[in-house]
Amino acid sequence: MRQVFIIMGKEWRDGMRNRWVLATTALLAALALTLAFLGSAPTGAVKTGALAVTIVSLSSLTIFLIPLIALLLSYDAIVGEIDRGTMALLLSYPVARWQVVFGKFFGHLAILGFATVIGYGFAGLALQLAGSDNSGAWSAFMFMIGTSALLGGVFVAIGYFISTLVRDRGTAGGIAIGVWLFFVLLYDMALLGGLVVDQGRNVTPQMLNVLLLLNPADVYRLLNLTTSNDVSGFAGVAGLGAGAGLGSWTLMGALAAWMVAPLVASVALFARRQV
Amino acid sequence: MKHEFVNRDTVVLRAVSRTYGRQLAVDAVDLNLRAGECIGLVGHNGAGKSTMIKMMLGLIRPTRGSVQVFGEDPSAGAAAKARRELGYLPENVALHPSLTGAETLAFYARLKGQPAAGNEALLERVGIAAAADRRVGTYSKGMRQRLGLAQALLGNPRALLLDEPTTGLDPALRQSFYEIIGELRRDGATILLSSHALAELEGQVDRVVVMNRGRKVADGGIPELRSLAAIPPRIRFRADGVEIDKFAGWTTMLDGRLERACAEDEVAAILRELPKSARQIEILRPTLDELYAQFQKGAE
Repeated sequence: MRQVFIIMGKEWRDGMRNRWVLATTALLAALALTLAFLGSAPTGAVKTGALAVTIVSLSSLTIFLIPLIALLLSYDAIVGEIDRGTMALLLSYPVARWQVVFGKFFGHLAILGFATVIGYGFAGLALQLAGSDNSGAWSAFMFMIGTSALLGGVFVAIGYFISTLVRDRGTAGGIAIGVWLFFVLLYDMALLGGLVVDQGRNVTPQMLNVLLLLNPADVYRLLNLTTSNDVSGFAGVAGLGAGAGLGSWTLMGALAAWMVAPLVASVALFARRQV
Repeated sequence: MKHEFVNRDTVVLRAVSRTYGRQLAVDAVDLNLRAGECIGLVGHNGAGKSTMIKMMLGLIRPTRGSVQVFGEDPSAGAAAKARRELGYLPENVALHPSLTGAETLAFYARLKGQPAAGNEALLERVGIAAAADRRVGTYSKGMRQRLGLAQALLGNPRALLLDEPTTGLDPALRQSFYEIIGELRRDGATILLSSHALAELEGQVDRVVVMNRGRKVADGGIPELRSLAAIPPRIRFRADGVEIDKFAGWTTMLDGRLERACAEDEVAAILRELPKSARQIEILRPTLDELYAQFQKGAE
């Protein structure tokens, strides 16, 4: 465990040094603030808090941005160190390979978690100070921050899987972008297209539930847009109705599984890898 | 007696082979490294030197044969203890550019479970104490190499595996590098130095292991290698006013000097028989480069 912490600490320090922490936090804070103040302007007379609206727009943004940041942070983590030669030196120390993967993972997770909590939290705080009444939406907002960090963890883990799978950094980068496009854009487009064509003849609600669980970005969407009444009123189509069949514990479990499975797979792959 | 001798072996390779796909990188190599010994591992690029070192570190598993470091299999999960006693300097050492020299050393010291208290002295010892608070990314090649050596020395390892440690070092640095190596050897550490030039190792190592295309083609001290290579010494002299006919077996060179090849144990006798008028007497032994070339040729 000690070794995991040492490697995690080094990853964090690296993140501070090459400005990853600063840049990510600033980016998330800027976008969240923009959405909070511009996006909530139309609420005006509607009887709902600005924060609830912000959750809808911010979680839609998170689905695009957090996976991308997470993959950019992680795709290089293993293959890059092998390439540069720092991995051979690291593994000549009394460190097990799983400790290297976990240490780096927790380091990157800490960077993303920090950026999300500080960046989004800042925006939420600003809204509160601006004087809107959000009493009911705060717990949903905290929940969104937590699940955003979790979504980041999922894609960091997927990035590690890619990083242990391929032989060179360029390939890993290409696959990472492909994975991002697939989960964030193509999957939903194909799913919606399929549903339109099918007209409800073959695809049962159970099947749709399973299909939604197969994409971590959709799991995140369902978690944030349907589990809170205050918010689901605004989510509209994104709610998709199907989410009703999936409890938030199932969804959380699915997200956790999406994080653990790629991580375990990358530990197994890395154990057999030539350095 | 024998048992005691076995105990002093720090690294033992038994019939170790390693293939990459269909290519044989290391072919049935037996090797013992003992405590207090400095060994040169010499071979051309791709002769299997780095692969052997990586097998000793447990980074690569041998395809056949066994590797033992301090009596343990270095690639086994329980090898953490053995790794604590090893120091490794990779070829073209790569370090994290965003950390400072002191931070780099502190990171590796923590991994090895060493107190950070000795780090400053270590940086002093390799001569980069003044640059300790600068980022490694700003270091020159020689400074990175010294920092690499410093991390290899963490925790006074019982065995040091150094992969081409002196490439890119200027002669003064090389000198101080060998001084450090000498101190460690006196303390009883095993030191393995790989190099692609035999000449560079002269006077620095107790024993040389010559590799060619994955096979061990020679193993011994440099004088032993000389006799193994069987390149005879040659004696030359200028003898003005001496009847050349008296020297049967000698050939006349273009400049008028006489030359003959002989066995090593004949040298003294031949020198004694030279006439008093002999001048410019030279004994020519093969240079280390010639010796090395001979081994590479012989292996083919």
